[in-house]
Amino acid sequence: MGLRKSDGFLVFLAACLVLFAVIFLHASLNNHESDADTVARIHLVRDLGLTDLCLFTEARYTRHPAMADMNTAFQDHPVALEHFPSGALLPPPEHLRHYGMD
Amino acid sequence: MEWIEKQRNVLDFTLSSILRRKGKNIALFTVYTAMVFLLASVMFFTHAIKKEAALVLREAPEIVVQRMQAGRHALMPLAYLEKIRAIRGVSRVEGRLWGYYYDPVVGANYTLLTGRKSLPPGSMVIGNGISRARGVYEGDLMSFRTYSGENAGFKVTEILSAESELVSADLMLVNEEDLRHLFGLPREFVTDLAVTVRNPRELNTIAAKIADLLPDARPIIRDEILRTYEAAFDWRGGIMVVLLAGAVLAFVIFAWDKGSGLSAGERREIGILKAIGWETSDILLMKFWEGAVISLTAFLLGTILAYLHVFFASSILFGPALKGWSVLYPSFKLMPAVDLYQVATLFFLTVVPYIAASILPSWQAATVDPDSIMRT
Amino acid sequence: MIRLVNIRKVFNAGRHNEFTAIEDVSLTIEQGRVTVFNGPSGSGKTTLLSIIGCMARPTAGRIWLEDREITSLPERFLTSIRRGTYGFIFQHFNLVRGISALENAMLPAFPTGQSRKSLVQKAGRLFSIFGIADRAESRVEWLSGGEQQRVAIARALINDPAIIIADEPTAHLDTKLSEEFIGIFKLLRDDGKTVIISSHDPVVCDSPIVDRVISIRDGRLQ
Repeated sequence: MGLRKSDGFLVFLAACLVLFAVIFLHASLNNHESDADTVARIHLVRDLGLTDLCLFTEARYTRHPAMADMNTAFQDHPVALEHFPSGALLPPPEHLRHYGMD
Repeated sequence: MEWIEKQRNVLDFTLSSILRRKGKNIALFTVYTAMVFLLASVMFFTHAIKKEAALVLREAPEIVVQRMQAGRHALMPLAYLEKIRAIRGVSRVEGRLWGYYYDPVVGANYTLLTGRKSLPPGSMVIGNGISRARGVYEGDLMSFRTYSGENAGFKVTEILSAESELVSADLMLVNEEDLRHLFGLPREFVTDLAVTVRNPRELNTIAAKIADLLPDARPIIRDEILRTYEAAFDWRGGIMVVLLAGAVLAFVIFAWDKGSGLSAGERREIGILKAIGWETSDILLMKFWEGAVISLTAFLLGTILAYLHVFFASSILFGPALKGWSVLYPSFKLMPAVDLYQVATLFFLTVVPYIAASILPSWQAATVDPDSIMRT
Repeated sequence: MIRLVNIRKVFNAGRHNEFTAIEDVSLTIEQGRVTVFNGPSGSGKTTLLSIIGCMARPTAGRIWLEDREITSLPERFLTSIRRGTYGFIFQHFNLVRGISALENAMLPAFPTGQSRKSLVQKAGRLFSIFGIADRAESRVEWLSGGEQQRVAIARALINDPAIIIADEPTAHLDTKLSEEFIGIFKLLRDDGKTVIISSHDPVVCDSPIVDRVISIRDGRLQ
């Protein structure tokens, strides 16, 4: 009679669920702290006294958002449209927005 | 046992119904999976990178003190360093020398800095990203223009590891003399200060003392640095809102398609089923399975593919969005990390509404009288 | 045994297209017999069959199935009675297109939770009896009218009902097939089943197998 449709689907679903579980296992078994890449980055941050990830190299305040001064980030207008695409991904740091309030 | 057999039987018929409308269902399934794939990819990526930032920047300076003048960053006089050193609770104060250099050859910005170790004059250590962008390797010479227009040549003695690119891709390390010569920085000034305190719990107090002592100085504590990256890729930010809106729109279209009523063929089929003895609840069970088959498969497949995309293919599809207008972009692998809570949220936001949209609009058709098929 | 007392059925009550399909019908259908409702189209035969077969409720009047009154049973009970007691063969067959003949025959039993294997066996046996075993896996659109008719009969029998109801069964069949059809009904009658047919085909009404003919015209018995 061949494989029944519902059986075929349930087997496929089970396989997907297994894969799903494998993903979770894979992610949780990986020890973040002993990962070679992470360790290399930590060493450099410590040795060089770095303050930011090198993600957006378009401008100074996107390259070092943690170090940015208030005026640069809000250069033209507090609600001005962002110049760079990365501005949509990384908002101005919180400590700038609350500057002078503590 | 009977209940299971009933589910299998109804599922058989549901699957054959889905296969009978192959074109439409394949289109729905593809869009659904693509949507889940996109959302899950974004989810995995942002979670992993935030986790990485939190871990890596734990070793950032405890307090960085900048000086502001006329609303802009100004150079930090070394005299301030002495004043801060005198504050009780401060164990060490160091001047940091760093700045930006725009390279017109490739149109990229480099971050120039003096590290703690002293380098021989005329030599430079560069990040792997610069090496890639300029095709420069160990032993090569690079030429720069100083602030006064002169040429300054540097020999590349080392290239920083590829693994550390996420923090070092655009770095250029030179010794203090060379940096001052390149930028024209006078001896009495540094870029900013890095302060280490004896008792970490006193960080806020000491930062407040520094602000009091030096009114034109701005202290930034490590906590603030970490929180900057916690807010990265926030759902409230520009692109994320667009993404979310797009996803919501796609699902609204699904629901509209399903809710705009069943086709004449579907109605006829339900009429026949009612006539041969299926109850309203049986019809709705079939509709449930119809929704569940498509949405469960799309969800699982989309999430699995997203995981592979982000952690095994380095999020290649996001490349253009992440690179933005940068010329120099770090190449990095992210450590696999999954937030169960986020995945569960994605499940409830995608699967549940779809199943509801499969069942609810069919309610009216499912309650049709069994003899309706004979009256048409 | 089925008993109807003062049955009345009105469609679209209170609206401009209000229509009385059946007016004051009272009758008793005997068990194990072949009963035929004879009348022209529009006489209310189909409506009467649907009421007898628990597919529609009367507007007025009462119905008994054996000793149980089923006039105002909730849908759930009505459906399970109908599923277990009646097998309906529609005038236009009403088979589900796109799936096999076998699948169609098993369809009424799917929600009952019987295993697929047992259903395949049952349907297979029925197909053999009716001579269409080799067409079991074919899609119903590819079957001839006579073959579809037999699939419809097999479907009506899958839950082993005591009563078979057929609405104008020979409407799409030629004489030869009609007579074959009547032969099948003889088998069912011999098996102890009650058969109720609506037809205005003389081949059916005049057949020796028929135990009783009830004439109906304009919603009333003659």
